[in-house]
Amino acid sequence: MNATAPLLRVENLDVAFGETPVVLDVSFTVNPGECLALVGESGSGKSVTARSLIGLAGPGSTVRANALEVAGVDARGLSQRAWRSIRGKRVGFILQDALTSLDPLRKIGKEIDDALRLHGSGSGAARAARVVELLEAVGLDDPVRRASQRSGELSGGMRQRALIASAIALDPALVIADEPTTALDATIAAQVMDLLGGLRAAGSGMLLISHDLAAVANLADSIAVMQGGRIVESGPAERILGDPQHPYTRALLAAVPAGKPRFAPLSPASTRASTPLPDTPQESQAGGRPVLRAEALSKSFTVPGGPDFAAVKDVGFELHAGRTLGVVGESGSGKTTTARMALGLLAPDAGTVELFGEPWSQVPEAARRTRRSALGAIYQDPLSSFDPRLSAGALLADALSFGATRNPRKHAAKISELLALVGLDKDLAGRNPATLSGGQRQRLAIARALAPNPRVLICDEPVSALDVSIQAQVLDLLDDLQRRLGLSYLFISHDLSVIRHMSDEVLVMQGGKIVESGPTEAVFTAPAHPYTRTLLAASPGVVSGR
Amino acid sequence: MSIERQELPPGDPVLAQHTAKRPAPGTRGLRAVAARLPLLLSAAVLAFFVLAALLPNVLAPFDPLAINPVDAFSPPGAAHLLGTDESGRDIYSRIIHGARPSLLIGAAATAIGLGLALLLGTIAGFGGKWLDFGVGRILEVLFALPGLLLALVFIALAGPGVGTTVVAVGLTTAPGYARMIRAQIIALRTSPMVEAATVLGRSRAKILATHILPNALAPIAVLGTLGLGQAVVWAASLSFLGLGSPPPAPEWGAMLSAGRTYLALAWWMTFFPGLAIVLVAAASTVLSRALKTAGAR
Amino acid sequence: MNQPLPAGGRSTRVAGAAARWVLGKIGGGLFVLWAVATAIFFGIRMIPGDPAEAIMGGPGSQASAEALAQARADYGLDAPLYVQYFSQLWRLSTGDLGTSYSLKTPVSEVLGELVPPTLVLAVLALLVAWALALVVAVLSTRSGALGSALASGLEIVSAAVPHFWLASVLIMLFATALGWLPPVSTNAPAGLVLPVATLALPLAGFLGQVMRDTLEAAHRSPFALSARARGESETGVLLRHSLRHAALPGIALSGWAFGSLLSGAVVVESIFARPGLGRSLLSAVTARDIPMVTGVALLSAGAYVVIMAFSDLAERLADPRMAGS
Repeated sequence: MNATAPLLRVENLDVAFGETPVVLDVSFTVNPGECLALVGESGSGKSVTARSLIGLAGPGSTVRANALEVAGVDARGLSQRAWRSIRGKRVGFILQDALTSLDPLRKIGKEIDDALRLHGSGSGAARAARVVELLEAVGLDDPVRRASQRSGELSGGMRQRALIASAIALDPALVIADEPTTALDATIAAQVMDLLGGLRAAGSGMLLISHDLAAVANLADSIAVMQGGRIVESGPAERILGDPQHPYTRALLAAVPAGKPRFAPLSPASTRASTPLPDTPQESQAGGRPVLRAEALSKSFTVPGGPDFAAVKDVGFELHAGRTLGVVGESGSGKTTTARMALGLLAPDAGTVELFGEPWSQVPEAARRTRRSALGAIYQDPLSSFDPRLSAGALLADALSFGATRNPRKHAAKISELLALVGLDKDLAGRNPATLSGGQRQRLAIARALAPNPRVLICDEPVSALDVSIQAQVLDLLDDLQRRLGLSYLFISHDLSVIRHMSDEVLVMQGGKIVESGPTEAVFTAPAHPYTRTLLAASPGVVSGR
Repeated sequence: MSIERQELPPGDPVLAQHTAKRPAPGTRGLRAVAARLPLLLSAAVLAFFVLAALLPNVLAPFDPLAINPVDAFSPPGAAHLLGTDESGRDIYSRIIHGARPSLLIGAAATAIGLGLALLLGTIAGFGGKWLDFGVGRILEVLFALPGLLLALVFIALAGPGVGTTVVAVGLTTAPGYARMIRAQIIALRTSPMVEAATVLGRSRAKILATHILPNALAPIAVLGTLGLGQAVVWAASLSFLGLGSPPPAPEWGAMLSAGRTYLALAWWMTFFPGLAIVLVAAASTVLSRALKTAGAR
Repeated sequence: MNQPLPAGGRSTRVAGAAARWVLGKIGGGLFVLWAVATAIFFGIRMIPGDPAEAIMGGPGSQASAEALAQARADYGLDAPLYVQYFSQLWRLSTGDLGTSYSLKTPVSEVLGELVPPTLVLAVLALLVAWALALVVAVLSTRSGALGSALASGLEIVSAAVPHFWLASVLIMLFATALGWLPPVSTNAPAGLVLPVATLALPLAGFLGQVMRDTLEAAHRSPFALSARARGESETGVLLRHSLRHAALPGIALSGWAFGSLLSGAVVVESIFARPGLGRSLLSAVTARDIPMVTGVALLSAGAYVVIMAFSDLAERLADPRMAGS
């Protein structure tokens, strides 16, 4: 193979499913030792493009191209057998979410061994040794034991490393990674990115697929931005990130909340309310009575056949009127358990929650019920929190009438008002939420939470399932509502850039404990705890504002 | 724009097969009908037998009980569409008249099965740890006597007859339904939907009545449709074994039982009543699947 | 589940869990047997009618008052209820299933003769059903949407076919019309074909539906894509990945399959005039031979408990995801 020839040359690639085109006229090249990032939101055609490059575009697809050279082979018109000799050997492919990307019924070692065996690499013993070597190379401890475990027995980061080991088993010249870090916590994602960076440094060509511009910034030499199946802009990474030309690229970059001051709009699509806003958010009187106060909360769960699991240990905080308290931490840090105790859904083992200075967690549910209208909640997956039998209007009627009626006509005016407040068309009232888009569902969930006129909203990962441009719109909406209605937010997220943009004060949680807390800017610019520093280091662009 | 656009020959079998089945323009409407054909046929079959059960005299040309020894064992033909039995009774008319008792037995058994299941399932789903445990043990015992066995033990205790058959079949089908209803209720109780309603300040009783029960009962339509077909088969099995409807009655299982004696002589006596049962059972399966898909959106 | 298991203390915890599992299964099984025996004991006494009458040949026998009294004394029916109940439990727990009313021989002896022929029938049918279901599932995933639809239709119809009708049709076709196979079952291979086919086809239809769904889901899953991206062929994906996943629901449905086979055996043994548990149960039910019914019920409940324990174990061995639950 000629060392100077590109590893991947794609010209005018079209992919269609049936009559529907999903990739249109896409061209790019990847040279050895170079990383191209293909960035776009869901439905942009980036994953289908990646799969077309190994002949696995999927059922019902038609693939056309003027040129499709993969690792020095003209891939147009390849037989199935010829494709198989390329896959795994010359091109390694890494998928997202390794829990199901590795067969849960088979041992990790077997999965990696398959790649070696299929391309006739060595005897059984030699392959077994190579498997251990590979697992060690991707940074797994105790590789001999790992090889005999199944994917369900490993943590998310370990699984992703094992998947990478199976993809690079034969030192492929080209590695295609489709959202390799999306399901991972920030610190783990950073480690996996480092691992991929090492492969590139060793001379592999790399095609990195991601929805997140910030996540690829460190690794990519060049970036191609995809929208609606087309590449709308491409070029060197510094140019795309520093001087974007296409409006869509600009919108994507603007939508990243990192480095944007509080209340600065993230989305050009967000129309600000016409009613005049107060110049500054309602400042709480320093030392004034907090609206929500937690003191020394602890909660343990029993684990069958094991010691109790302490989900939350000695957590306390104060949330003041009109302010946002951000809670940030990785999975298993106790964020959601804390939120559930604050909502009075879970009784703490120790400690208390007070709402407006009155006991909240210690009183019976019947006593809480009458005061619940002051406290609302929105979740990561709004659809599962809606009764599937109710239309959007019926959901709002139910919330507005405190459960007395589900007839949308009884509260038609108020429903229209609520829908307008969250930026939804009033005609959507008749629709079933399942037919709405992700962003519309979250807006509807916010409208429902606002129906009883609450003072405090608890937001548990409210934008984590949304594309970055939709996330920007929803965050803008929450900002807008906070200023207009003087709401207080307890805002939970794993995403540091979202937390930094949204919060006045912040709590950093790890392993059920608060490791650091304070005013947002102070925590982000001068982190005191090593864990906070690790988190920040793992989140590219959060500190510098990119 | 490009001079030479080359379509990739589909080397991948998955790709090839699906590229090949891509509909040519114009065949799309036909495909849509073809895809719905099993559903339409099933609806037609069930509608026919329900009509037969409601108005047997309209559809049946002969009296189902009228004996005519001269015509005994006539094979299917112009005079008797599906032939006659040992006493010269018209098989087709007997199948039409048999629709009512057969479907009624099936429906009554399904109602008993679902009713019992609803009781056990809701007790287990709502009653807390100990009631759930207790009901779980009861279900385990019922499961340990699977299928016909439980029905036969019940008949051994209560004696044969139509009423016993109905209860026996209901009892047989109950544990499976109960387990499904329980699982449904428990999934709903811990669902984000219920949590959201709690946060909105709804009481436990209100959440139970407006969210959990209606959503837990939604699958009952699916279960009932599926169960009807199964119950008709179970009940006919018991009749066939001589434990259900007594012989002269035009009930499908009893007709089969009578035909068994003349299997070598008059195959139509057994074949057609059995076909009616198979049609009802298959149609109810197809219909319940469609309901399930529609319910899941 | 997301966290790797700590290395230390794992083996002792596993051993403890295994011991708890075994004890739980044994306790649950004994409870089921006790409940079945108790339900039948009190069930027969709650229903109008005299057990002594059944011993003398049923209500039609018009046995004399002396004969009935003698039967009551012979079978201990004149003792107080609780004495009868506990002595019954004691006898059952020592393995004494009593004497059949109608055959006048010990139930355990009768059962000993009846189990082997039914077991032969059921095991053969189970093997054939598994093979058929797997073949249809594999073929349908390889032949596209049309094949899949066809297989689905075939499965729905065969799962809906009642045993008694299928048996009748098979007899009419292969015994009466073609004369290839005997209409009466023997243990000779030819005599087993029709009864086994009758039992296997509906079971295959049901198993096939579930296996095909799982197989198709496994074929579309990310791990299958990973395997293909590694250079695995479609056959390799099937053999090394999808088939294992398809087998899981098959194992989980063992209890259901047992029920289907036992119910089917009642009908099939009657139609093919084949000696066995099912046919004897039917005649015992008709004669209201309670000791015999109790014996068959306890035997099959015991078999069910054992089968469920093994299928649970097999699932845990095949699927590590189950092991923790």
